[in-house]
Amino acid sequence: MIKYLLQKEFLQIRRNSFMPKIIFIFPIMVMCVMPWVMNQEVKNIRVDVVDIDHTSHSQQLVHQIEASNYFIFNGQKATYQEAMKDIETSKADIILEIRDGKYLIAANAVNGTKGSIGSAYLSQIVSGRSALPLGLSKNLSPLTSHLSPLVLYNKLQSYKVFMIPALMGILMMMLCGFLPALNIVGEKEKGTIEQINVTPVSKWSFILAKLIPYWIIGLVVLTLCLVLSWLVYGITCQGPLWLVYLLAILLALFFSSFGLIVSNYSDTMQQAMLVMWFFVVCLMLLSGLFTPVRSMPDWAYLTTYINPMHYFADAIRTVFVRGGGLQAIAHQVLALFCIAFAMAVWAVQSYKKNS
Amino acid sequence: MKQFISFVIKEAKHILRDKRTMLILFGMPVVMMLLFGFAITNDVRNVHTVVVTSQMDHLTRTAVERLAASEYFTIVKTVPTPKDAEWMIRSQKADLAIVFAQDFASKKSGAQFIVDGSDPNMAQQWTTYAQQVVANPNVSLISQKLLYNPRMKSAYNFVPAIMGMLLLLICAMMTSVSIVREKERGTMEVLLVSPIKPLMIIVAKVVPYLLLALAILAVILLMSATVLNVPLQGGLGWILVVSLIYILLALSLGLLISNIAHTQFVALLVSAMVLLLPTVMLSGMLFPVESMPTILQWISAIIPPRYYIQAMRKLMIMGVGIQEVWQEVVILIGMTSLLLVVSLKKFKTRL
Repeated sequence: MIKYLLQKEFLQIRRNSFMPKIIFIFPIMVMCVMPWVMNQEVKNIRVDVVDIDHTSHSQQLVHQIEASNYFIFNGQKATYQEAMKDIETSKADIILEIRDGKYLIAANAVNGTKGSIGSAYLSQIVSGRSALPLGLSKNLSPLTSHLSPLVLYNKLQSYKVFMIPALMGILMMMLCGFLPALNIVGEKEKGTIEQINVTPVSKWSFILAKLIPYWIIGLVVLTLCLVLSWLVYGITCQGPLWLVYLLAILLALFFSSFGLIVSNYSDTMQQAMLVMWFFVVCLMLLSGLFTPVRSMPDWAYLTTYINPMHYFADAIRTVFVRGGGLQAIAHQVLALFCIAFAMAVWAVQSYKKNS
Repeated sequence: MKQFISFVIKEAKHILRDKRTMLILFGMPVVMMLLFGFAITNDVRNVHTVVVTSQMDHLTRTAVERLAASEYFTIVKTVPTPKDAEWMIRSQKADLAIVFAQDFASKKSGAQFIVDGSDPNMAQQWTTYAQQVVANPNVSLISQKLLYNPRMKSAYNFVPAIMGMLLLLICAMMTSVSIVREKERGTMEVLLVSPIKPLMIIVAKVVPYLLLALAILAVILLMSATVLNVPLQGGLGWILVVSLIYILLALSLGLLISNIAHTQFVALLVSAMVLLLPTVMLSGMLFPVESMPTILQWISAIIPPRYYIQAMRKLMIMGVGIQEVWQEVVILIGMTSLLLVVSLKKFKTRL
């Protein structure tokens, strides 16, 4: 029985002029364009230098600023007020003022990350200079020179490494969550679901037949993503590959059950779309895919305990970027499994053959 | 005039009747503001830290105590070898490890920070903060000042961006969908044969959405001032003027979409794919424009919200006068008039 239902679903997907495009072209577009866009790297910071002292080493400093990848030297200004004018018109992002052998770094911190990282980079350059034998270095804390950072896993500090696992999660969510929900509500709207309800097809085989095609599509797309990230960006999975698939399957299970629940409770496509969209945005923003969860206030942090996307984000980054094994993500896998299972039970329970 | 007003009332009734959409229209800004204002932060806070040391001498202990006392770091464990620390970082139990050398106290060798680099910016910030806390330079030659946003709250950056996104979404998407719906249902024909001028029909359609957008703008500004404590540094007058220009721009975009699209589905899709996606991705809302490859920077130059968000950041957060944002305002006015002319030219009085 289920074999014929599956055949029907695949036929319907293939016949639709829009679906095959969205299934294959959309992920390729996302994988080829998004990693370039989703880049919070701080670079091209424009610096104004205000040199009240007029010493020769401020010239050297300017050279160093020009040589650095992060900064663009915008110009020397006579006074701090003049430089402030540049900040106000957004011609410059940071002012470096040198007065009486002291340095003041004033950064435009409307974008807090950019401001603080920019001023941290600049102070590294400046303190590197003062360490030169100018009789100034003794004033700096002797410890500073003994503190060295070591960056693990993402040695080149590339945002692409950070974002590609997140994109995989987002794609799985779109394909396995939105598409089945729209499909089922579409059948409701057209009234064809009634016809299936009067056949002896059991609840289980109907649901499975609806979801299995999207799980298969999701896994194909995931493979496509892995291949693309290897071909286009040269980024490969550091940990065991089967764990990536395991996580993807669990996430797909969650999102397809979620889609099913939403479609069971709504009558039109527009309703289902809006409700899904609302929950998905919340799940995604609060998951730590983009910002660290531990920076959140406590009430928001509590929600991450039931947010499957959070467990997925943690686990897939551990496997894909950090190269951890099953042991390292056992806790996340278990949590993801429990949440997905609970949702699946709810989804099957809420589906009624008689309306 | 009386006819016009009755048309506006008819349109307003259409909007008000759909309770669920109204709920989403006003609920979305509130939820978005709360999420972006509080939950989506890049602040350095509660960084789980492991201390790696074989012996706790006096200096090590002071350094660790200083870390624990700071609001940024939480010491989760002390382990004997860097290998254990690496394992903890890999399994997400810690973000940062501090390895103190055996002879740390004698100042012959120092400490090393091992940081989880998967998020590059956060890795950078965690090490900078940790270095500052551990080194604790009493006399520093370098003083840092963060202008406009000394506490580095992310809300300062996000509120103007949310305004740019929501106003565009509401004005462009809702207007286009409502006009196309009339086309789809065939009621547009009925309206066009009525004695009122076709242009007036469109204006009457737009007016309620204009009011709605202003109401939502008021909600956002009120929330940002009261709940999020984002200061409205610049004059409220200019903020409203620039927003009004932007709302007009969004409305004319909506008109243009409604001229092209024939079904609600296409109108929705066009607004979502052509408007929403580039706005979120390329306008500098989440990801800074200057870090993108050059081609994408060019594309972002034709995206209206980019200029609005820039102008709002300057007016609201930096509190500069209108003379500093004239460039953005001129570009916005230019785009608005262009879109308005094109959409009115393309407007067909016969279906």
